[in-house]
Amino acid sequence: MQLTLDQLESIAKRQLLAVQEYYLFCWQSVANLFRAPHYIADILTQADLIGVGSLPIVVLTGFFTGGVLALQSAASLAQFGAQAYTGRFVSLSMIRELAPVLTGLMVSGRNASGMASELGSMVVTEQIDAMRALGTDPMKKLVTPRMLSTVVMLFLLTIVADTVGTAGGAFVSVFISGQNGTQYFTSAYQALVWADIAQGLTKPLFFGFLIATVGCYFGMKTTGGTQGVGRATTEAVVVSSVLIIFSDFILSRAMLWLFSGI
Amino acid sequence: MAPPLPTNQAQVNTPISASDQVVVFESVSIRFNGPPVLQDVSFQIGPAETRILLGPAGVGKSVLLKLANGLLRPDSGRIFLFGQEITHMHEEALLQLRMRTGMVFQESALFDSLTVRDNVGYQLVERNLPEEEVSRRVREALQFVELGHTYDLLPASLSGGMRRRVAIARAIIDQPAFLLYDSPTGGLDPVTSHTINELVVKERDVYATPALLVTHRLQDAFTMATHHYDSEQGKMVQLPDGQIDPKTTFLVLHEGRIIFDGSTEALLASEDPFLKEFLA
Ligand SMILES: Nc1ncnc2c1ncn2[C@@H]1O[C@H](COP(=O)(O)OP(=O)(O)O)[C@@H](O)[C@H]1O
Ligand SMILES: [Mg+2]
Repeated sequence: MQLTLDQLESIAKRQLLAVQEYYLFCWQSVANLFRAPHYIADILTQADLIGVGSLPIVVLTGFFTGGVLALQSAASLAQFGAQAYTGRFVSLSMIRELAPVLTGLMVSGRNASGMASELGSMVVTEQIDAMRALGTDPMKKLVTPRMLSTVVMLFLLTIVADTVGTAGGAFVSVFISGQNGTQYFTSAYQALVWADIAQGLTKPLFFGFLIATVGCYFGMKTTGGTQGVGRATTEAVVVSSVLIIFSDFILSRAMLWLFSGI
Repeated sequence: MAPPLPTNQAQVNTPISASDQVVVFESVSIRFNGPPVLQDVSFQIGPAETRILLGPAGVGKSVLLKLANGLLRPDSGRIFLFGQEITHMHEEALLQLRMRTGMVFQESALFDSLTVRDNVGYQLVERNLPEEEVSRRVREALQFVELGHTYDLLPASLSGGMRRRVAIARAIIDQPAFLLYDSPTGGLDPVTSHTINELVVKERDVYATPALLVTHRLQDAFTMATHHYDSEQGKMVQLPDGQIDPKTTFLVLHEGRIIFDGSTEALLASEDPFLKEFLA
């Protein structure tokens, strides 16, 4: 199909409008934190759904990621006689990069899609309109609780992934590579400085916000019946995953500058 | 047909007539991505009036209903609800205003994650009323629609007609000052439709709530115009001597415009070719 300049222009305009709309959507979800009514029960339900519900997959991915890091690094570090640094390598990689990003991607796959499909079905079956007709603001009742609990829960899940990943590395180092466990943990512990932890725990706050706002945004903008719900779900996962990886790059760059001045 | 437009906008922001009307539409137009759905639509709904909106499928009846409740905004024209202009009203203020209306959606739009009790009592729970009071009033509302036994069920386990009745219970639980029904009998069998019509007539005659009702079934519309609710017998009965309820009047929408606005007698006597065919 040939795209004319006009068509390109209208596509660009539509995308720009969507970005602007998403920006306002995010702003509103945050502003509602300071406006009554607050839906405490909904926040807790969502926290349970996102936090406790995602725990198994986060533990599994964390453990095996730590394990595979130890496996791969032990081989290359051995070439330099630096096998003793395995613990340091695993814990640094997990805390700075892998735990936040992988946890973010897992939760995005599970919850951004869940939010988009749930809110999307509510839109196409007029439940959102019904809610507004009953005097409830769906942004306050549905979006803000999801946003808040995803941010908090992703933060906690990332800590879990950090811990489990380091343990997975230890498991592989001790039982497969035959290293000394004390050495692993000493090296892992010594490597940690404040800047790494700050970096590793700032990221999930941003990722959690992205997951919830993108999931809810695509859900609330659903049009076109059941098919539209499917489309919204796919788009929510794709967009939030890409945004997580992209913002990880930006955040890493910013924090290197902030903490190390480079 | 259209109410006179105020000549001096600065002097009279609300037309005199709007202040005592429940709903006023003034030259309202709206379009989505395509041809206009509604064009220059004007009408009013007075206190204790039931207006039945007729029109073929896809003509914009649901859109008009959503405009009346501020769920959609018009492209041009003005809309008043309870004497207040809602055309550009802030959503926050609109939410407050909507608490005084009750709306029954075309496909019921029950919250499928909540039980019948929580659906019907939704507004009361939102207002943080005590649990016992919510339960009591939910039972009363369910009594009204004769569905007391569904209290603990989830909407998924109800039939289409039962969902419609639960939706009516949810709309009327807080004694709304204005009711909007979107095709309450659509897709239902004649027996269930009769039950729903009876409920609408009961609400009209027992509480005198003004209403805007959409239907594409003429049969239902005429039933409502020719029947009333007899509290002693506890059912809907035909008015004697072929009388017609004077408070029940009609609006007909065709190709985006109101082509008829008047009483049942006037509708039946109309010489308009489209109306004649539509009513045939
Ligand atoms: N939210 C919307 N976005 C785009 N088009 C809409 C929307 N709502 C309604 N329409 C269009 O408006 C027209 C009237 O729809 P509707 O009011 O549902 O008709 P009906 O009289 O059957 O209730 C239809 O063509 C429909 O496609
Ligand atoms: Mg409709």
